[in-house]
Amino acid sequence: MLVFSHVSKHYGDTQALAPTDLEVPAGETLVLIGPSGCGKSTLLRLIAGLIQPDSGTICLDGTALTPANILQTRQRMGYVIQEGGLFPHLTVRDNVIVMARYLRRDTGWIDSRLAQLAELVRLPQDMMTRFPEELSGGQRQRVSLMRALMLDPELLLLDEPLGALDPMIRYELQQELKSIFAQLGKTVVMVTHDIAEAAFFGQTLVLMRDGRIVQTGPFTELARTPAEPFVEQFITAQREPMEQLAAVLR
Amino acid sequence: MLLMLCVASLVRPVLAAEAPMTITIGSKSFTESVILGDMLRHLSQQAGFEANHRRQLGGTRVLWNALLSGEIDAYPEYTGTLIQETLVKENLQTESQLKQALAKRGLRMTRPLGFNNTYAIGMKDELAKQLKLRTISDLQNQPELVLGFGNEFMDRADGWPGLQQRYQLPHRNVRGLDHDLAYRGIESGMLHVTDLYATDAEIAYYKLRALEDDLNYFPVYNAVILYRADLEQRAPEVVTLFERLAGRINAPTMSAMNARVKLHGEAESVVAANFLEQNLKLDIDLRVQTAWQRFWRHTVEHLTLVGISLSAAILLAIPLGILAARRPRLGHLVLGIAGILQTIPSLALFVFMIPLLGIGGPPAVMALFLYSLLPIIRNTYAGLKDIPPAIVESAQALGLPSRARLRIVELPLATRAILAGIKTSAVINVGTATLSALIGAGGYGQPILTGIRLDDIGLILQGAVPSAVLALLVQGLFELIERGLLPKGLRIQASELRSVT
Repeated sequence: MLVFSHVSKHYGDTQALAPTDLEVPAGETLVLIGPSGCGKSTLLRLIAGLIQPDSGTICLDGTALTPANILQTRQRMGYVIQEGGLFPHLTVRDNVIVMARYLRRDTGWIDSRLAQLAELVRLPQDMMTRFPEELSGGQRQRVSLMRALMLDPELLLLDEPLGALDPMIRYELQQELKSIFAQLGKTVVMVTHDIAEAAFFGQTLVLMRDGRIVQTGPFTELARTPAEPFVEQFITAQREPMEQLAAVLR
Repeated sequence: MLLMLCVASLVRPVLAAEAPMTITIGSKSFTESVILGDMLRHLSQQAGFEANHRRQLGGTRVLWNALLSGEIDAYPEYTGTLIQETLVKENLQTESQLKQALAKRGLRMTRPLGFNNTYAIGMKDELAKQLKLRTISDLQNQPELVLGFGNEFMDRADGWPGLQQRYQLPHRNVRGLDHDLAYRGIESGMLHVTDLYATDAEIAYYKLRALEDDLNYFPVYNAVILYRADLEQRAPEVVTLFERLAGRINAPTMSAMNARVKLHGEAESVVAANFLEQNLKLDIDLRVQTAWQRFWRHTVEHLTLVGISLSAAILLAIPLGILAARRPRLGHLVLGIAGILQTIPSLALFVFMIPLLGIGGPPAVMALFLYSLLPIIRNTYAGLKDIPPAIVESAQALGLPSRARLRIVELPLATRAILAGIKTSAVINVGTATLSALIGAGGYGQPILTGIRLDDIGLILQGAVPSAVLALLVQGLFELIERGLLPKGLRIQASELRSVT
């Protein structure tokens, strides 16, 4: 589905991404994880074509992404960012259908698709005429997901989609997102820095550090056979407070 | 409304061009010249032509150039000024040489009108007595006296530089100011010595003494009418009537007419008409405008200047602002140039336009247009740059092409900033447009200019108050537009922000 061959990216003297090879099989949920500045967001932004690689190619279904075909390929991707990135001057409805309307899709199709998506993300109908400022953080992310799914893309890109939410809402949305991914069967690339969230969503985890991939595999593999001491450190650092909490509760 | 004004202004010059020939008269920015200018206008109308009087256009150079380029057909001038200043390089000695020099340029002058409005150096009679000053030479021993001269006198070849040299005057801090203001400076004691025009009404009124020109520095300034030679073909009747003024106006008569306008507040046009009726036995049809008609004319002129210049500025500045935001290097250049334009003093910008576009509406519109660019460009640029990167990226990631992103997302989000820029430009424009009167474009500046010349506060307020009111109206109008144009989602944001703070 998505294949990285020797892709690298610099910002001035800083290497954001060392030459990297990576493959995302169709229908799989792949989670990019690592500390801040490890290059995980850079990788996601390269896929969306928001930045261009210094070297290497990214292929989507065998076609290399280039600035010339980026507008077309973007329609095959849905993109959700941390704060939702909703347009404040448009209603929920207009935010979701902005691209479909630009492409002059049939209004009947637009309306039925909208209803279908609202049901999928469990957003009440009366929210459609509201503006982003009038929504809660969780509702905004649901709308953002609707917008990403509007044109039924093959690939879903999510950059810390739940990062700005409070823990209760976050837990609820995690459950829902996972079931939505399962229902849709789409290829998903998600960025997070939370190991528990990564383990919850990802069939494959890609742990990154300083612009390079440290280890790729299911969570159990990372936990049991860490490729480097850093893998263990990263997992332990997030696991320990949870275990202490669990001990107290017991 | 702006659109209507645009159309009106485009149509007007076309209509004017088709009308039967119009004679355009100019006058310098002092009362005597305006009275004589009004006489020329009456005479042209008497001969059956449409006539325009561009009153108090400025100094000699502006009028001279306007006459050469054909923007005006005639104006009152003084032989001394032509010989000593305008054509000084030709080293003319006699009036017949002067006539030849004018003919080479396609110009003619009438025979002298009958008075010599020479320059004189004057001061309060009382002070002169006290210091026992009789001649200009006597000033050599009075270096502590404060000298102030009319702006034109300050830098004319036959003005202060030559005077100082001839009389070896020791005074250093000499001020240049408006000729009419100089009289007030003398009266208040802030100035001691100034230049007088021999026929000025103020000489008697303020009890001034003209110091004797004991070294014969000042030449003869015979008043004449200067006109374009082609007027003799286009309107021979008008030239014949101009010639009838020759020898008819002596110094006391001119001085008395100046006094009627400057000291008794009569209209130049009435004084000019009375003179023609009594001395040339002409029956002048005095089409005096009522105060309301004048006010309306100034309003239309002002709105036209503002409307055209602001609309053009909006049309150019928004795309430039977008360009600046999209291409940083070009942006720096655009913002830099617009910034430099803004540092040019507004008065200077208007005057710079004269050599390029002449006098009247077009140069004024151009100056106002240039002046209105920066706030709109800068706010458009800032409005686009201030959009959070997450929103810009979301629009990109959706697959919207650049133009669609601009139209659907970025410009609506920058609306508030762009409108604020336009509002700033509009308010500055309305105020600055009062300067247009200086280059013959009329508007609310006209009564202000006349008010300054005549020391008439009421007249100044007739221009200043409507101009201020118009600025407030424009501001209010843009606030209404903002309410209408601002996307609803952003208004919620604004009201929530307000309730938070």
